[in-house]
Amino acid sequence: MEPHYPLFYVFHFYLFGVIALASAIAFVTRKNPVTAALWLVNTMFSLAALYVMLDAQFIGVIQVLLYAGAIMVVFLFVVMLLNLGHPSELADLRGTGWRLAAGLLGLGLLSEIMVIIRAKLPQQLIVPRDFNEQQLQKLNAVGTIAAPLFKDYLLAFELTSVLLLVAIAGAVVLARGRTVSAR
Amino acid sequence: MLAESLALTAALFIIGVVGVLIHRNAIIIFMCVELMLTAVNLTFVAFSRFYGTAGQVFVVFVMTVSAAEAAVGLAIIIAIFRHRQTVDLRNINLLKG
Repeated sequence: MEPHYPLFYVFHFYLFGVIALASAIAFVTRKNPVTAALWLVNTMFSLAALYVMLDAQFIGVIQVLLYAGAIMVVFLFVVMLLNLGHPSELADLRGTGWRLAAGLLGLGLLSEIMVIIRAKLPQQLIVPRDFNEQQLQKLNAVGTIAAPLFKDYLLAFELTSVLLLVAIAGAVVLARGRTVSAR
Repeated sequence: MLAESLALTAALFIIGVVGVLIHRNAIIIFMCVELMLTAVNLTFVAFSRFYGTAGQVFVVFVMTVSAAEAAVGLAIIIAIFRHRQTVDLRNINLLKG
């Protein structure tokens, strides 16, 4: 079912996978929010490389722009606005009991997911092997996503814009506080 | 590369879950949630090679939802910080019985 991949491709796939995994582990063990955020940016970049290797070039680009560019900047902005990461506040990780429980739960979930992903894929839904390449040739990288987004998923797209509007309004109302009404 | 992608997804998702459980800093917990959402995105992209490019459209939706979630969540954190001067979850226990 899967085509044969050249060694060069496989090597880089594993390389970026290992970088993503190692950065994620480094991210989750940090206590300083700024350090953690920068490790998470590293994970996002490696995942963007993996997206490009999986023939999703546009997704890779907006991964860099949106996650590494926008969302993480918002996180770092809030960290610095609140002046967190001060050495007196660094008692961040929970105690040994919590960590042990979290590790056990994680191992349990991991084994569960590993069992699930070995399930057989429904063959009747699989598109022909060169379908995605044909789409890329016909519609290019942006059109591959834009065409279904603005045709088949138009209602969902419009609802997403409402969601973003609500989120903006909510964020402004929550973060502004009571300074206006107090006057 | 589907099996490798799914295994990587599972590992990243579990790292996010463990991070949510072991951290006390609300901002780092939010970043762990972002990591979990990104891991799910990788699943969509990996499957889109076999089930058509519609999977990549869902990645766009997931990214939008995570952006909205980050905006609202961080606004809530700022609001809490204004009241309590901390983002440590031990001090945010107003709903505890």
